[in-house]
Order: sequence, then C-alpha cells, then structure tokens
Amino acid sequence: MATSAAQAGMIGALAARFRSCPVTGLQIDLAAERLIKANAIAAVVFLAIGGVFGLLVALTRWPAVHLLSSDMFYLVLTAHGLDVLLLWIIFFEIAVLYFASAILLNSRLAAPRLGWVAFALMLIGGLLTNVAVLQGDSSVMFTSYVPMQASPNFYLGLILFAVGALIGCCIFLGTLVIAKDEQTYEGSIPLVTFGALTACIIAFFTLASGAVILIPTWLWSLGYISHIDTVMYKLVWWGMGHSSQQINVSAHVAIWYLIAAVTVGAKPLSEKVSRGAFLMYILFLQLASAHHMLVEPGLSSEWKVFNTSYAMYLAVLGSMIHGMTVPGAIEAAQRKNGYVNGAFEWLRKAPWNNPAFAGMFLSLVLFGFLGGISGVVLGTEQINIMMHNTLYVPGHFHATVVTGTTLAFMAVTYLVLPLIFQREVAFPKLARIQPYLFAIGAGGISLFMMGAGTLGVSRRHWDITFSDATLAFDYPAAAFLMLGLNGLFAILATVGGALYVIIAVWTILFGRRVTAENALAALGPMPPRLQVHTAVAEYGSAGTWHLPGTYILISVFFVSFVLYYFVNWKYLSELWPMG
Amino acid sequence: MAIQPPETRIWWNEPVARGELVWIVIAFLWGVIMFFMMIWWHLEGRQNLSTEVYRIAPDVFVSRTEAFTETYQVGEEGESGVPLVRPPPGSDVYLLGRLWEWWPVLELERGQTYRLHLSSADWQHGLSLQPVNINVQVHPGIEHVLTITPTTSGVFGIVCNEFCGAGHHQMTGRIRVVDAAAGG
Repeated sequence: MATSAAQAGMIGALAARFRSCPVTGLQIDLAAERLIKANAIAAVVFLAIGGVFGLLVALTRWPAVHLLSSDMFYLVLTAHGLDVLLLWIIFFEIAVLYFASAILLNSRLAAPRLGWVAFALMLIGGLLTNVAVLQGDSSVMFTSYVPMQASPNFYLGLILFAVGALIGCCIFLGTLVIAKDEQTYEGSIPLVTFGALTACIIAFFTLASGAVILIPTWLWSLGYISHIDTVMYKLVWWGMGHSSQQINVSAHVAIWYLIAAVTVGAKPLSEKVSRGAFLMYILFLQLASAHHMLVEPGLSSEWKVFNTSYAMYLAVLGSMIHGMTVPGAIEAAQRKNGYVNGAFEWLRKAPWNNPAFAGMFLSLVLFGFLGGISGVVLGTEQINIMMHNTLYVPGHFHATVVTGTTLAFMAVTYLVLPLIFQREVAFPKLARIQPYLFAIGAGGISLFMMGAGTLGVSRRHWDITFSDATLAFDYPAAAFLMLGLNGLFAILATVGGALYVIIAVWTILFGRRVTAENALAALGPMPPRLQVHTAVAEYGSAGTWHLPGTYILISVFFVSFVLYYFVNWKYLSELWPMG
Repeated sequence: MAIQPPETRIWWNEPVARGELVWIVIAFLWGVIMFFMMIWWHLEGRQNLSTEVYRIAPDVFVSRTEAFTETYQVGEEGESGVPLVRPPPGSDVYLLGRLWEWWPVLELERGQTYRLHLSSADWQHGLSLQPVNINVQVHPGIEHVLTITPTTSGVFGIVCNEFCGAGHHQMTGRIRVVDAAAGG
C-alpha cells in the first residue's frame, strides 16, 4: 500500500509541470497557476458587475438622485449582495487557497482536474443565481428570509456554488497533505498558509451550514416541503452568512502578513502569538450567527450574550492581536531596514507608492477602526436594539468587507499580477493612487451609512421620504445629508474600483512580460537594501527591539474603542425603558 | 517571513516579547469587561429586550388585534382611515405588522408601562420606532410581548426595516404618546 501510494505520488509529481519563480526561487506548479488565474479572473469579473450594481443602489438611496424604480432597486440590491459578497470574495479566496498551498509550499496542487470541476460548479451556480435574480422573480435580498420565496434556481445556484467552493477547500487540504508527504518544505507551514488553513476550516463550517439550510429551502421552493421555520432559517442561514465573513477576515489577515512580508520583509513578531490568534478564529468565530438575531423573538438572552460575544470576545481578542502584530511586524522590519528615527520614521518611509503596501495598510487601519469597533458595538446585545436593520449594519459591513477584505484583495493583486500572471502592472501611476481612491470612497460610504443608521434610517429601503405611505413620516434632515454624502463617496469608490478592474484586465491582456531581470522591480517600490528571498534571518520578537510607533497606534485604537463603546451605552440608557 | 515556514522548528517555545504580552492581557481583560457589561445591564439596565414569546397562528393574532382595536378604538388617525386606539394605561396592547402597514395606530400615556404584543400576519417585518430608534424583528407565527414604557411624548413613526417585498417602503405606522392630563 505504502509503495503504491508513494508511486502514485511520484507519478503525480512527474505529471505536474513546474516553472521556477525568478523572485522567490519557488517551484510553481503550472496547473495551480492556471487555476489561480481562472478563479482570480472570475472574481474580478463579478466584482465589476457587483460594483456597478452597488453604485446603482447608492445612487437610488441618494434622495436627490433616486435613480431606479422600486422594483429595480430591490432587484439590483439583491444582485449586488450576491455578486460582491459571495462571488467576488469566494472566487478570490479559492485563488488565495491555491496560492497559499501549492505556491507557498513549493508543491504541486492536489487533483487539478477536480479544481476545474469546482471552478465550473461555482461559475454555473453563480450564473444561475444571477439569472434568477435578473429575471425579476427573486428579489428576496441576499438573505432570502423565509417565508419570502425566490425561484428554485436562486437556491439551486447557491447550492452548486457552495459545492464547488467546498471542493476547492478539499483540494487545498489535499495539497497540504501532498506537500507534507513529498517534503516540499521544512518544519511547519508558513504563517500565511496557516491563516489560509484557518479560512478553509471556517469555510467548511460555513458551507455546511449553507447546505443544511439552502437544500431544504430549495425543496420548499419546489413544493416538496411545506414549511420552513423562520427563526431556524435565520439561525442556520447566518451560520453561513456571518461565518463566511469570518473566512474573509482570516483570508485578509493572512494577506496582510503576506504583503507585509513581500514588500517590507516583515516577519511575525512571534509565530506562537500570531498562530494562536488564528486559532481563536477557528474556535470562536462561528458563534457570530447571533449578531443577526439579537432583537429576534424566541432566543434566550443567555444564548445571545454568549454567542454574540464569541464566548467572552475571544475571537475579538484574536483580531486585536493581529491588529498589533501586523503593524508591529512592519515596524520591526522597517527598523531593520534602517528607519530607526523617532516613533514613526518606519511608517513615514514605508513604501506608500507601492499599491500593494498602501492597500494593505489602509485595509488594516480601516478594518480595525471602522469595521472592528463598529462590529463589536453593533454586536452588543442591548445596543443592537438601536441599530438592528438600520443603515448602520451595511455601514459596518462595508467597513469590514469592502475597506477590509476587498481592499486587501485588491492590494495583493498587485503582487499576484507579476508573480502569477507574470505581467508588469499596467498604468503604474494610476495603480499608485488606486488604493487611496478606493479606500477613501469605501471608507466614506461606511461612515455615512453608519451615520444615517444612527439617525434611524432603515437599510434595504427604497424611499425614505415615504411619499406613497398612508402614514407619513420624516427622518431628520441630517439623514438626507448622510445619504447624499454616501452617494458621492460611492462614486469615488466606483472610480477606484473601476481603475482596479481596468488595471488588472489590461495587465493580464497587454501587460509587459516579467522576466528574471525585472521580476523584483515588477513588485513595485520597496525599501532599499531589501531582497525578498534573503530577508532578515533571526526571530522578530527576540526582545531586542522596541516598537514605540505600534504602541502609539494601538493605544489610539484602544482609546477610540473604549470611548465609542461607552458612548453607545449612554445613548442606550436614554431609550424608552423595556424589559 | 510569514510566507516561509517558521525559522525555528520548535516555534511554539519561542519567548513572547513583553509588549505583545501586555497587549494580549489588555485585550483579553477588555473582552471580559464587555462581556460582563451585557450581563450587568440585564441586572441593572432598563433597556433589555423581553424574551416573553409564544407560538401563535398568524390568523389568531390578527383576530386578537382586531378585537383589541374594536374595544378601544377612539377614532381614526387623521384622514388615513387607520383606527386610532387608546387602550387603558398599563394594559396589554396589540400591534400587527402585515403587507404593508403597522396596524392600528396606538395612543399611549407617557410614563405608563404597557405589554406590547407584536407579531406578523405574513412575512417577516422589522419594527423600527422613530426617532427613538428602537428596532425589533417581527416574525409570523411568533407573538413577542415587550414590556415598554414610553418616557417621551409626541408622535412617533413606525417604519418597516425588514425587506418585505414590493411595498416595503410604504409600510409605516404610528404611535402617539400623550401626557396623562391630555390623554384623560
């Protein structure tokens, strides 16, 4: 048995074809490379489509513009959520999984043909659901809460997509086994791969939850099942809906470490701490289904408190650790690169004109300050009463998923283009400003939606003037201002997003080929004296360095967090008493 | 580097720098504080969502709300044709969410505590009471009894903030809160 397995492995190894990466010296499996390209391209296409839908949504919610009719608005809003939250992100994540396994581990990819089956299932599923939505009889929002019913193909498409993604996750795990078996690396897997593994494990939980709820719902839409319990639906659906956002968090944190490593030579301050923080995600992040059910009837307060806090905020602890160790690793590396003056020379002289680095750091800051803090406040059981289903909710998750995940994915694209597509990034000057444009735009929409939500404005709502309602109602004037600003910043985000798509597509189609000579330069500007494959040798946390800049940054973060948290308790105390 | 295997094989025995440890302890303690804040609010705070919940057939809830409305109706809300209901202070009151209205309009007395029975006749709805900004999810088949004390008088709008189909944005309601003397 052992021999035949070894032989099979040998044959597999022989069948794979490799090229040598001129930057890192890694052996790159061409089959893995093709799959990474396909998944990344599909992701970008869906980002472009979903992004346009997003702009239409923002322009409709801008009262002075009010672009779409109500039917179109709800249709487009459903499609927007589907295309960006699910298709763009998961396609890209599958690419990340293949990259973090086959490429970083110097290994061949397990079962590349199956990888194409997975890709086809995801693509067919994604298209099927899109068509169902665009036909107009499935405007049920991304969440599709029962007893509202979409057409059967809406659910079927999601199920096919999830099955495809699950196969992708299996291939990732298979690749880890192969790499270990064929000893393509020494010791433990790299931290970035560890982060990807975290994402993969959470993905299994997520996709299984999706299957558990979407298969019966599909059968219900076909008439084979008579009733789906509304609370149970939500509970299990959010096991997919919220946990899938935790896949994003794990994936984009892994990407922060990746970009920091490549662009400034950062290494984990402590492998143990960073991996422990990822472990917190695996153990506790899934509980967050509760975040959507805090003002739901039928669930006990004990359940809500325990779940919404991820068992005493242990997953938040994980994120707060990454929030320190990522900038800390960058500061430590930059100090080794020679930027030792003052508290912030390392940050001032960071490669801000490298779009990969700029995007990564903006993602880190915006995710932490806007997304992280708002998420914890929103997810506090009682405070949620003031925010549930208001625009605060999309405000929060645009900060996490757009300024956090999407921006991080955009940033890493500027490394993937030269390393995997082997093309020099086209329009380098535009690429340089792209992350800033997108970050300001997306940060703005997050902030102003949260502002409107604080004023009570409902999410998923076509007309805040209530012109057709029997009983009129007026939101405060400031809410209209917030939605106007939201529209303006959405335009800015769209410009940033469009630049990204254009740069990526142009690079892939017409970009200059990367050769051994220009490979390093193609990764964009980096601090001098640094070479990627000979970066600093000994451990980051040897205790010899000081990280004053990082300590100042996290102190500012912590003070903002505490103040904002208690301000919201104060607002809550002024609400009508309830019990 | 983070893209390479750890340099030390036994990486889990590496020492952790003090700065990192301090931050981990602070972050952990902050989590504990936030956790107990929610529990403390259940004991001492006055804004906690009731967990009093019953299964109920939607048509039963509709007929109860209709009976309640018939008993205490005092007129109509403006020109809208929606019944205006003034229940006795401190009593059980009913509010129904359905496509696409919150029904009926309630007139409550400031400072009195009511048991507000809430449910949906059809799909899920979101009760969003403005501008106080109280938001509660409403399910068909589940009767949720909130104990609520209006402490400010005035006219309050109810918006639906859970998407409920084509007329979702027309779904509104109203609660009037009057001072004891005026409410008579």
